[in-house]
Amino acid sequence: MEYTTTILTGFVALYIFMLAAFTGFEIIGRVPAILHTPLMSGSNFIHGIVVVGALWALLNASSTLQQVIGFVGVLLGAGNAAGGYVVTERMLEMFKPSDKKKG
Amino acid sequence: MNAALIIDASYFLAAFLFIYGLKRMSSPVTARSGIVVAGVGMVVAVLASFLYTLDVEEAARPHLTTNVTLAVIALVLGLGWAWWSGKRVAMTAMPQMVALYNGMGGGAAAAIAAIELFGHKAHGGIGLSLAVLGGLIGSISLSGSLIAWGKLDGRINKTLRISGLQAINGTLLLILVALGAWIVWQHGAVPTPLLAAFFALALFYGVMMTMPIGGADMPVVISLYNAFTGLAVGFEGYVLNNPALMIAGMVVGSAGTLLTLLMAKAMNRSVSNVLFSNFGAAGDEAQGEIKGSLKPVDAGDAGINMRYASKVIIAPGYGLAVAQAQHKLYEFVKLLQEAGVEVKFAIHPVAGRMPGHMNVLLAEAGVPYDIIYDMEDINGEFKEADVAIVIGANDTVNPAARTNKSSPIYGMPILNVDQAKQVYVVKRGQGKGYSGVENELFYADNCNLVYGDAQKVMVAMIQAVKSLEGGH
Repeated sequence: MEYTTTILTGFVALYIFMLAAFTGFEIIGRVPAILHTPLMSGSNFIHGIVVVGALWALLNASSTLQQVIGFVGVLLGAGNAAGGYVVTERMLEMFKPSDKKKG
Repeated sequence: MNAALIIDASYFLAAFLFIYGLKRMSSPVTARSGIVVAGVGMVVAVLASFLYTLDVEEAARPHLTTNVTLAVIALVLGLGWAWWSGKRVAMTAMPQMVALYNGMGGGAAAAIAAIELFGHKAHGGIGLSLAVLGGLIGSISLSGSLIAWGKLDGRINKTLRISGLQAINGTLLLILVALGAWIVWQHGAVPTPLLAAFFALALFYGVMMTMPIGGADMPVVISLYNAFTGLAVGFEGYVLNNPALMIAGMVVGSAGTLLTLLMAKAMNRSVSNVLFSNFGAAGDEAQGEIKGSLKPVDAGDAGINMRYASKVIIAPGYGLAVAQAQHKLYEFVKLLQEAGVEVKFAIHPVAGRMPGHMNVLLAEAGVPYDIIYDMEDINGEFKEADVAIVIGANDTVNPAARTNKSSPIYGMPILNVDQAKQVYVVKRGQGKGYSGVENELFYADNCNLVYGDAQKVMVAMIQAVKSLEGGH
């Protein structure tokens, strides 16, 4: 049988939004303040997934106007994802515990 | 294999990796691997998206080659530029860089909304409403973040304060909402210029909303726009029937909202206060008499005094990072530790330019995170400390926040440095803090001031302690 994508609409969409919202709330709620900056940057990276939506929009563009907007969208989305990743990784890389061996 | 199945499975995997990655990022021990996990999710999702080429809409088929070429160019350009700029940016400039990347995400969400609306692709009342709403929020996030970036980067120095600005902004927002409702009401069948006007106005509103906000409040605003972009992405995810966007966007939307509230609370400001009032515009006249005098002390003497203390707590502020003195400070700390002094760092929630920013700056200098303490964990220890040294911080150690009801910073939690037996304050000059409030701590009996550039002061302290060891 041919696979077809489920259409996420109405209450299914609402359930997804609700559960995702609680997930975000729970994850951040238990984070120590020392990680707030990297975490803001990390969540900034995660909404870089928007590039995937922009890609779909550009690939399905059927006029010059849509192509131009789509191009800008993918460009910005890619910048969001890549930039968010690089700066978050750079920050987190620096967090190190005390040297175990004294001196 | 069916392409749609591979795409859906990839998005499922990506959503899982995002949440799992964020979870790992919430502890300093696993944080590093967390971003890598989330990064893998992103690569999987982007690669899978190219399978869209196998099944594009009828109208787009003749343009497919052009569209794929454009997509690859845009991806390479965006990725290349962001990678390059992200590797180069200084840690002190991190807040504005996060703002810039965040604005780009908002712009991408607005672009999706624009294509959906211009191409009449969004259908149904809910789909259209969310497309419009995502476009509005995304546009505000784009232009607002750009202004925030410009302000923090020192490119925009003006703080717009014209009378009646709130009325203007309120009217703008009303027009935007009315336009958006009209678009939905007409099932998206409105003239193109009207749609263009909607987006242009939304961008303009983002500028107007951000211009009156001062530099000290900017971190809260950046965090708010981060949440905005998340919401916009989530809404556009609904329009595109893309669960990865819906989940990632909504997770960030709620996490960002909570983070914004935490930040505002740490600064003793409400979010509406940040957005709709002008900090520092009032309060100058309401300062009480300050008793005592300023007592300067030589940096070397202060250093030697700390060498013979048994417990020293350091309260760093943004001034430390501006002077680029973190590395010298840590060198000094290591000298103290070798001499058997217990040294701890006390971090105020808003030290630096963003909550947690100071931790990043200290980590850059190699300071291990297990001698760095949050305010609530260390505030009880100051009375046992022989020395508390304040470097480049001011408002976050001002006792007026506890006692002076007329002070603009009244009620903000502060570090209890004044309870230590001896307080040293390293300061460039006699200026006031970001809030413009006089600090009575500096006049206290147990407080001495070490004037000078933080880096030079640290060097002097290191030399004084080293010469002591050499003398034996």
